[in-house]
Amino acid sequence: MRASSKGLNVHTRRVISYVVLVLVTILCLFWFYVLFVNATRSHADLTKGFRALPSTNALKNVNSLLHSSNLPILSGLFNSVLVAGCTALLSTYFSTMTAYAIHAYDFKLKNFMFTFILGIMMIPTQVTALGFIQLMRKMHLMNSFIPLIIPAIAAPAVFFYMKQYMESTLPLELLEAARIDGAGEFRTFNQIALPLMKPAIAVQAIFSFVGSWNNYFTPALVLTEDSKKTLPILIASLRSADYLKFDMGQVYMMITFSILPVIVVYLVLSKNIVSGLAVGAVKG
Amino acid sequence: MANKKNGAVLRYNRWGYIFLIPFIVVFIIFQFIPLISTIYNSFFEHYFKNGLTEVGPTFIGLANYAELFTSGDLPKYLANTLIMWIIGFVPQILVSLLLAAWFSDPSLRLKYQQFFKTVIYLPNLIMASAFAMLFFTLFSDGGPINSLLMQLGIFSEPYKFLSHAGSARSLVGFMNFLMWFGNTTILLLAGMLGIDTSLFEAAEVDGATSTQVFFKITLPLLRPILVYVMVTSLIGGLQMFDVPQILTNGQGNPARTTMTLIMYLNKHLYSKNYGLGGALSVILFVITGILSVIVFRMNKATEK
Repeated sequence: MRASSKGLNVHTRRVISYVVLVLVTILCLFWFYVLFVNATRSHADLTKGFRALPSTNALKNVNSLLHSSNLPILSGLFNSVLVAGCTALLSTYFSTMTAYAIHAYDFKLKNFMFTFILGIMMIPTQVTALGFIQLMRKMHLMNSFIPLIIPAIAAPAVFFYMKQYMESTLPLELLEAARIDGAGEFRTFNQIALPLMKPAIAVQAIFSFVGSWNNYFTPALVLTEDSKKTLPILIASLRSADYLKFDMGQVYMMITFSILPVIVVYLVLSKNIVSGLAVGAVKG
Repeated sequence: MANKKNGAVLRYNRWGYIFLIPFIVVFIIFQFIPLISTIYNSFFEHYFKNGLTEVGPTFIGLANYAELFTSGDLPKYLANTLIMWIIGFVPQILVSLLLAAWFSDPSLRLKYQQFFKTVIYLPNLIMASAFAMLFFTLFSDGGPINSLLMQLGIFSEPYKFLSHAGSARSLVGFMNFLMWFGNTTILLLAGMLGIDTSLFEAAEVDGATSTQVFFKITLPLLRPILVYVMVTSLIGGLQMFDVPQILTNGQGNPARTTMTLIMYLNKHLYSKNYGLGGALSVILFVITGILSVIVFRMNKATEK
């Protein structure tokens, strides 16, 4: 410990922390700024080097990207939205159901199941990929979205979040009351438990959507037909082709297309997301 | 609990099993069976010669495992993965500790915290493959970073970032740092905010500086979370794939110094090397399993 640190008063320390925070902010945003600037520039302009201010070529780049013959961007966009949307829906609905099973009922295997689900949380999808692909081939599900969507039903991390949230927001007395009113168990779940879980479902839906939207490893193994490919696979194909022959404005616009939707949604909902993270983190 | 156990409740509780059916069925089909068949494959010689002629499957015991270790590829790629993880993790934990300490320090009363948290978490949500493609174009020999460095007069000619082992690995590590330090900051911040404030007040009364408070109180109390962050980050680090794969086009250039374990696995999967791919998967499964048990034990311990 340096003796001089004793001399730093609160004001100086505050100035230092603001300076560092601003530098960190620049470090985080610089890359995206360059990306957005470059997405507005023409190929000829880009070869001349770095430029700090946007140009006027954005619409031209969008246009040439949409009409590009070797990049099925529109179908890629559609496929990505479809897969990520279905994943978010299934993952949140069924994880809430799984959490509800453990939360609301008392049965013999309850504690075992809870421990078991937490235990399989850390198994990476990569280590089962070999058997997974073999099985999908046998089931004739290659180039189908089913192997990318259905497995989301069993999502231990989402389950864990839902379980934590239920403990604080879903009193068992409420379910008891619904039972006395004669509601069936399935209806109680759908009409009483599910609405109360909305905030948690929203947070996890975003994370599931983003996770699936960004996923590259499994989709690249399953989807080989051009018309089925999702955005990350198209991005990878940009890299594996001789990228110098591409229109660079088009390349930057393509990257923008893949990350801008997530950035926009994130900025709109950031308050919920960042505080939601902290809620999960306390127990982490 | 016991006094409630009448027939009606038991009948309700049957629904616990019913609601678990979707999870269990999907888990068995899409995770458990693939896991078992992956392990099964690892004991067989089964691959495609020149991508065409099928060889095997013939039972060969542990020969696949032996080949992985003796051919030298596995240790090399494990080392690559760990080196790039460390390059990203060390700055990540230092910056995260610093930022979390500042965010949680009541005497600093930092404004715009929400804004800064939002910004530092942003890179985590970005598509890793797109982010890697972006870095590839930005750091390419004729790319904007080289041209900027030359305009600023730092370099006289373009630096080939992706042609040197050191800079290529650093680039991967740096991207991992960027993508994960926000997440770590928020985790550590939650831990720091959970520390009993009376400890800080007592330290203040005793005349401790903020540096002393950080090293003597915050850091020791944060140790369980630090270990948790490190182990989970290591588990994630072993799965490193998207960034180096896209950055080097799956080649792990230069001279396979950025080839990670999962990139290696991916190669086996593409060329249908079921035997070797299976053995590699099982090894990764065991390593992650051991690390997970550590995390699991710790969570159990902190809950009590």
